Amino acid sequence: MAASRRGTATIRSAVSENPATRGILIAVALGFLGVFLLLPLLAVFTQAFAKGVSAYLEALAEPDSRSAIRLTLLVAAIAVPLNLVFGVSAAWAIAKFDFKGKAFLTTLIDLPFSVSPVISGLVYVLLFGSSSLIGPWLMRHGIQILFAVPGIVLATIFVTFPFVARELIPLMQDQGTADEEAALSLGATGWQTFRRVTLPNIKWGLLYGVLLCNARAMGEFGAVSVVSGHIRGLTNTMPLQVEILYNEYNFAGAFAVASLLALLALVTLAIKTLLEFRYGSAISGAARH
Amino acid sequence: MDLSIRQVRKEFDHFAALEDVSLDIRSGELIALLGPSGSGKTTFLRLIAGLDMPTGGTILFGEEDASRKSVQERNVGFVFQSYALFRHMTVLDNVGFGLSVRKGAERIARAEIRRRALELLDLVQLSGLEKRYPHQLSGGQRQRVALARAMAIEPRVLLLDEPFGALDAQVRRELRRWLREIHDATGHTTVFVTHDQEEALELADRVVVMNNGRIEQVGAADDVYDRPVSPFVFGFIGESSNLPVRVENRQVWFDDRPLGLDAGDAAGGDALLYFRPHDVELLEGCGGCLAGTVAASRRVAETRRVELEIGVKRRRVEIEVPLDHPAASRSRIAFRPKRWRIFPNGGKSASTGMRHLERDANILAPTES
Amino acid sequence: MTAGLARPGWRMKRLSVLPGFGLTLGFALVYLSMIVLIPLAGVVWRSASLGWPEFWRIATDPRTLNALKISFGGAFIAALVNVVFGTLIAWVLVRYRFPGRRLIDAMVDLPFALPTAVAGIALATLYAPNGWIGSLFAPFGVKIAFTPLGILIALIFIGLPFVVRTVQPVMEEIDREVEEAAATLGADRPQTVWRVILPGLAPAILTGFALAFARAVGEYGSVIFIAGNIPYVSEIAPLLIVIRLEEYNYAAATAIASVMLAISFAVLLVINLIQAWSRRRFGYGS
Repeated sequence: MAASRRGTATIRSAVSENPATRGILIAVALGFLGVFLLLPLLAVFTQAFAKGVSAYLEALAEPDSRSAIRLTLLVAAIAVPLNLVFGVSAAWAIAKFDFKGKAFLTTLIDLPFSVSPVISGLVYVLLFGSSSLIGPWLMRHGIQILFAVPGIVLATIFVTFPFVARELIPLMQDQGTADEEAALSLGATGWQTFRRVTLPNIKWGLLYGVLLCNARAMGEFGAVSVVSGHIRGLTNTMPLQVEILYNEYNFAGAFAVASLLALLALVTLAIKTLLEFRYGSAISGAARH
Repeated sequence: MDLSIRQVRKEFDHFAALEDVSLDIRSGELIALLGPSGSGKTTFLRLIAGLDMPTGGTILFGEEDASRKSVQERNVGFVFQSYALFRHMTVLDNVGFGLSVRKGAERIARAEIRRRALELLDLVQLSGLEKRYPHQLSGGQRQRVALARAMAIEPRVLLLDEPFGALDAQVRRELRRWLREIHDATGHTTVFVTHDQEEALELADRVVVMNNGRIEQVGAADDVYDRPVSPFVFGFIGESSNLPVRVENRQVWFDDRPLGLDAGDAAGGDALLYFRPHDVELLEGCGGCLAGTVAASRRVAETRRVELEIGVKRRRVEIEVPLDHPAASRSRIAFRPKRWRIFPNGGKSASTGMRHLERDANILAPTES
Repeated sequence: MTAGLARPGWRMKRLSVLPGFGLTLGFALVYLSMIVLIPLAGVVWRSASLGWPEFWRIATDPRTLNALKISFGGAFIAALVNVVFGTLIAWVLVRYRFPGRRLIDAMVDLPFALPTAVAGIALATLYAPNGWIGSLFAPFGVKIAFTPLGILIALIFIGLPFVVRTVQPVMEEIDREVEEAAATLGADRPQTVWRVILPGLAPAILTGFALAFARAVGEYGSVIFIAGNIPYVSEIAPLLIVIRLEEYNYAAATAIASVMLAISFAVLLVINLIQAWSRRRFGYGS
């Protein structure tokens, strides 16, 4: 009976708006989303191709842009795996064990989300800058962290820190410890248990977290901007390259690079939606930010 | 308030949940809609409330046609199976809600709303809990808040959807008795839906037995239990056994033997014999009776339940044998039903009735194999 | 590695047969400390070493005050706008079925996924006086880009998904029978929405507001392109931090950062309080 009751919208329902109200609400929602989300996206691509495909390809082939793309890939290739290992470790400890201070630790992991990206960069400037405790020591030994790749990587790790962990913790908590205990009782070692029991259970959630982490790592602007030093061809990531080109009124170039980042965002969204659609329960209901 | 439901049908996407149902309810009556899940009883209740609109037919509240009135205009008190309490409101605000949303000339002062709500909470024995929030109450208490909230609007009819469905057995029995008391005290015309025959038979003035979107029988508890009009009702209410038989020359035959049962005016041909396991007369061997070999036997309270295999096709039926009866220890038992009914076999209603019985785990399935 | 475990507070409450507790927790704590805690503590320590008078002088400098006011005021208004439209969008996505709904639902996350710099230049281009939208307003003398209004646009953009994604799941959980109950009690649709549905969503809406607000306060990338960055008028606090850093004025940058951190953490605390309160009072969080 419950199943058939779902189809009641056909005549007149006591618990819905009339068609006119419904139409207006849908129109307002779509209008708002159209203006605020769709138009900016369209603008990126129209501007990128405003001067034709060849100008677009030229802009991307420019050495500085290419080195920015390379640097962005490099930074993500370092930051994402590190946060992945951290996320899995933290989720294992938090979800599979009980200990005091667990809730506090979970809050601390979320901390970077509530810090302004600029401050995320600033903390490393204060830590490694010339006026800090270790700054002069680093300088004497010729170790460059700020305004160089290590600083960019650190700032990126900071801002993308919580992504994997916060996807995995609720998921692994839901799954409990019964599967792992069963595997151990059957004689599996700890590592075998993790690799053959836990990992298959969390793989889609893990992929989901990695996806979001990667999108943010490649797109981060504020934090990276503070620590990068903006040296063309050396310490400019793609978002920084976008800024420089834009400020030089090279709009076609700026939007060409921006279009790659927008494409990355779209691909991320597409895979994310697919994951939620296909493996909704396997990535848990906690798929929020 | 008299209710009159005439030829009401309800279709969901071309599936008929209710087919031309008619029922008259007298003012002040307590009516149970009883049936297995999928029988259309909740749909029926929702149509009366105006939560769904009928595809066809008329619903009269007294003399007034309510069929096309909105749920707000009908002024019915509805108690949902899940209670549907407003969880962000206190108990008092929940009960007073219906009065507080009145507009224009019907507007009621706050103090008066409060007074009436407190009065109702007193009636449902929840005084002192008015400042609690729903999640701070037990299931039984929530149920009573829901009832008080429905009664607060002085409804023309009170409708309850599986009112005790979510409660455990103990609370259920207490609330059942209590609901009857409330009903007798307030005199609301009340219709409740249940799949629990014990609840329906004990509580209601009249029971409406529903199956497959139709009303099978309407009557007092004695009527539906002692004089079921269809195989479905016989099978659904109380325990029963049945056996395919044949009617010839006003006699009931099983295989090639007459059973010594007078079929009266029943039409000749294939039929189904229904009887209750305890309504049998045990015999010492027989010429004109039923006899079978014991297939299973189990002790149930003060009697023994025996499953017999009867006839060439080894039909299974269940009967009750007193513990001290000599037959209890035999491997072959003969008996004859004392009270029984026969229904023409092959009829649509009989076979569809079976399907529902098997689906509903609460019901003892007939032993026909 | 096991230093954290030796502290009495970290003792396990329940014995478990699962291995790896010490290793994973140890690694997580060390990594967390190195990447997040120690660097953040550095900000606090540096601003504490400024001394109160110096700190107060920087924090109450008119340019700083204005920047903070613009960041927090803008974030507040943007979060309000997002509460209204975010709740409406969540409602439409949860309750109505129309072609393209899934696509729209997926698109709501765009501001999460789109790099802020990209959003920034796109918005600046759109709302510039010669842009698609800016040119519609220009004839009326309304300038959006390069004014505080532009900041608002950018902050609305980045905050929207926070409200939608916080409210949406709670909305999906609303029991239809609760609305039906309100209807049987005589409430018309607006009364049901205002008195039954929205109050039930209040904790989620408040949380969404706080999240959108917190994000908007610290936002940098999407704002600076459209803001115009005129001191005292359209200069946001994060930008002022960057400017101070570029001037090698670490003291001022640190002081502004710690004010922002303090307020952000206060907002975080408020979110947790809302949820705890809601759970205690109504038996559900958000």
